[in-house]
Amino acid sequence: MLTRNCTLSPSLLLKLYDQMLLARCLEERLIQMHKQGDGFFWVGGPGEEALNASLGLLVHKGRGPEYDYLHLHYRSTATLLAMGADPVDALRQMKNTASDPYSRGRNFCNHYSKRAWNVLPVSSTIGVQFAMAPGTALANKRAGAASKGITIVQGGDAGTAEGDFSTCLIWSSLPGRELPCLMIVTNNQWGISTPAAHMHAERIASRADAFGIRNAVVDGNDVEVCYTALSHAMDYVRSTRRPFLLEANVSRLYGHTSASGANRVTDEVDCLELLEERIATLGLLTRDRMRQQRADCTHQLRESAKLVCEEAQPSGEDIYRDVFATRDLVHEQ
Amino acid sequence: MATMVQAMRLALHVGEERFGVTDVLGQDVGPPLGGIFTQTQGIKTAWNTPLDERGIVGTAIGLAMAGQRPVAEIQFCDYAFNSIDLLKLAGGMCWSSAGDWNCPMVLMMPVGSGIRGSIYHSHSFDAQATRIPGWKVVMPSNPLDAYGLMLAAIADPNPVMYLAPKALLRVRGTAAQRIPGEPEDQQALSKMIDAPLGDRSAWVPRWPDTSSLVLPIGQARVAREGTDVTVVSYGRMAHIALQAAERAANEGVDAEVIDLRTLIPYDWEAIQESIRKTRRVLFLNEDTEVTNFGEHLLRRAVEELFYELEAPPRVLAGAHVPGIGLADALERASVPQVDEVALSLRELARHVP
Repeated sequence: MLTRNCTLSPSLLLKLYDQMLLARCLEERLIQMHKQGDGFFWVGGPGEEALNASLGLLVHKGRGPEYDYLHLHYRSTATLLAMGADPVDALRQMKNTASDPYSRGRNFCNHYSKRAWNVLPVSSTIGVQFAMAPGTALANKRAGAASKGITIVQGGDAGTAEGDFSTCLIWSSLPGRELPCLMIVTNNQWGISTPAAHMHAERIASRADAFGIRNAVVDGNDVEVCYTALSHAMDYVRSTRRPFLLEANVSRLYGHTSASGANRVTDEVDCLELLEERIATLGLLTRDRMRQQRADCTHQLRESAKLVCEEAQPSGEDIYRDVFATRDLVHEQ
Repeated sequence: MATMVQAMRLALHVGEERFGVTDVLGQDVGPPLGGIFTQTQGIKTAWNTPLDERGIVGTAIGLAMAGQRPVAEIQFCDYAFNSIDLLKLAGGMCWSSAGDWNCPMVLMMPVGSGIRGSIYHSHSFDAQATRIPGWKVVMPSNPLDAYGLMLAAIADPNPVMYLAPKALLRVRGTAAQRIPGEPEDQQALSKMIDAPLGDRSAWVPRWPDTSSLVLPIGQARVAREGTDVTVVSYGRMAHIALQAAERAANEGVDAEVIDLRTLIPYDWEAIQESIRKTRRVLFLNEDTEVTNFGEHLLRRAVEELFYELEAPPRVLAGAHVPGIGLADALERASVPQVDEVALSLRELARHVP
C-alpha cells in the first residue's frame, strides 16, 4: 500500500482543499434539498473527495480520442467539479429542472454526462461502465503515439462482482493489444447494507495480477497519497498505453443513498477533516479561515438552490425528445 | 446472384471502404474463420473478441461514442440475452443525456429457426429488439435488402440492430434483387469473395465494385400485390407468407404480402394502405406469441382501422414455449408453417362479417 510521505506543494494542497470543500458543501446541499422535498432521491460521494478531486484536476480534459474519456459513477461529484463543472448544474439535476444540462430532468442527481469533456453518461446500473471502457480506450490508442488521451473507468467495490469488471480486465490486457485504461475502484467497504467482508475473500486489486496488469492499493482518505498515486498511475497508462488498476480505500460519510437516510456517519474517517488538520499544521490557513470558507460556500449553494427551485420543470411532451439522434454528434469535430 | 451472406459481406466491405467502418468485432469474425456463416470473410477491419457478449456490446458502445464506427456481432441472438441492459444503455445514450451524445453502432445477429438449431440456435429476437427504445431494428429477407439495409444501418447516427434470418443466409435473390455492381455469374462472385477451404492465410478477396446503395430505414416493401387479404411479415416468415400466398391463390384467394424490412421505426403507412385495400390482415412472425411485435401492430390496426376491417385481424406467431425443440415435428409445431398460414389466409378472406 502506497502511503506517506508524498508531499504536495502548498498551492496544490489549497487548490485540492477548495475543490474538496466545494464538493462536500454541494453534496450536503443536495442532501438538504432532498430532505426538504426539492428532489426525489440523493446519491453521491461524500467521503470520496480526496480521490475524486485529485482525479478531476489530473484529467486531460477535452473532446475526442486525443483526450481522456471518463466512465464515472454516481459518486463522482468532486471529479466533475474539479474539472470545472458548475455546481449549480448539479442542483438543477437534483431539482430535475428543464435546465439540467446533464439529462434535462430525466436522471437522478450526480448522473453526469458531458460530451465536450468526454464524460460518458453515468448510469445507475452497476458495473456497465467497465464493459464500455475498452471501446473508448481502443479509440484512445488509435489516436496515435503522440496522443496522451487515456480512458478512466471508476466504480465501487461491490460492483467488481459484476462480470463487466472482468470484461475490462480481460479486454484491456489482450496480449499485444493492451489498452490505455485506468481502472479505479473506490472501496468504501459496503454494498448498500452488505459489508464487503461478507462478500469478498479477494483483495480486489490483486485480480489484476492474473492479467499482468499493474496495480496498487492506496489510502483514499489521504489526498496527498491520492493525488500522487493517481498521478503516477496516469503517467504510467499515458506513457506505456497499458492498463492499470488503482484501488482506493475511501469512506462513505452519508450512507448509501437517501433511501438509507443520508445521515452523517461518525465512525468513518473524513478526508476533508484530515486535510484541514494538515493545512492547519502546515500553517497554510487558520481554522477560523477554513470555518469561514465553509460557511461561505454553504451559504452560496443554499442561495443558488433557492433560485434553481424557481426554474421551470420539463413538460410532459418532452419525453419524445432525443429518442433518436438526428445528427451524428460524436463524428462532428 | 449473391446469397444474403455474400451481400452482407459486400456491404461490410463497402462500409469499411466508403462509410468509415472502423471495426467489425465479435467472436470468430476475424481471420481465419471470417464468421461462422462466412459473413465477414475478407473484411479487413474484422477482429476476434473474447467469448464475452457483454464485452462485445460494451466495447462497441465505447467505440461508437469515441468517434469510431463499429459493427458488432453476437454469434447467435440466443446469446444476446445476457446483454439486454447494455442494449438498453446504448438505446438510451441520446435520450438520457438529453441529446448530448449519440451512439452510432450496428449490432448484427443471426436470428430465428429453420436450420434445426435446437434450443439455443433458434431463438428469435424481434420481440425483444422492438422493446428496447432508442434502437432502430432492421430485418432483411433477401440479398438486396441485406445489402442496402446494412449500409443504412452503418450510416445511421443511432444504434441499429440488424437481425439476419439465419435460414435465409445461403438463399439467393431473384433477378430483381441483384445488387448493383455484382457480377452476373454467381461462380465468378464466389471465386472473388469466398475464402478457399483449408489454409487461407495467403488469400485476399477481389471485391466487385458494388454501389453505395442505402435503403431507407423505415420503408416496407410490397413483396406480392394482392386484393383479398394482407399479410404483414418480415425475415424468414416473409418467404413463408409468399409461399402461403401462392397456395391460397390456387384456391382463388389473392393475398398481398408486406415485407416490413424495418421493425423500428415501422412503416405504418404501408401497412395501413394495404389494410384499407384488403380490409383483412394477418400479422405473421416466428417469435413467441405472448407480448409479440405482431400483437402491437394488431392493436394499432384494431384501434385505428376497426370500422374498415371485414374480418377479425390475426397474429400467427411462434408457440409460447421456452425453446425450439430439435426433432422435426417439434420445430414444425413451434413456428408457423406454410399450411397454417395458407389456412389463415383462406379463413380471413372468406370471413363474412
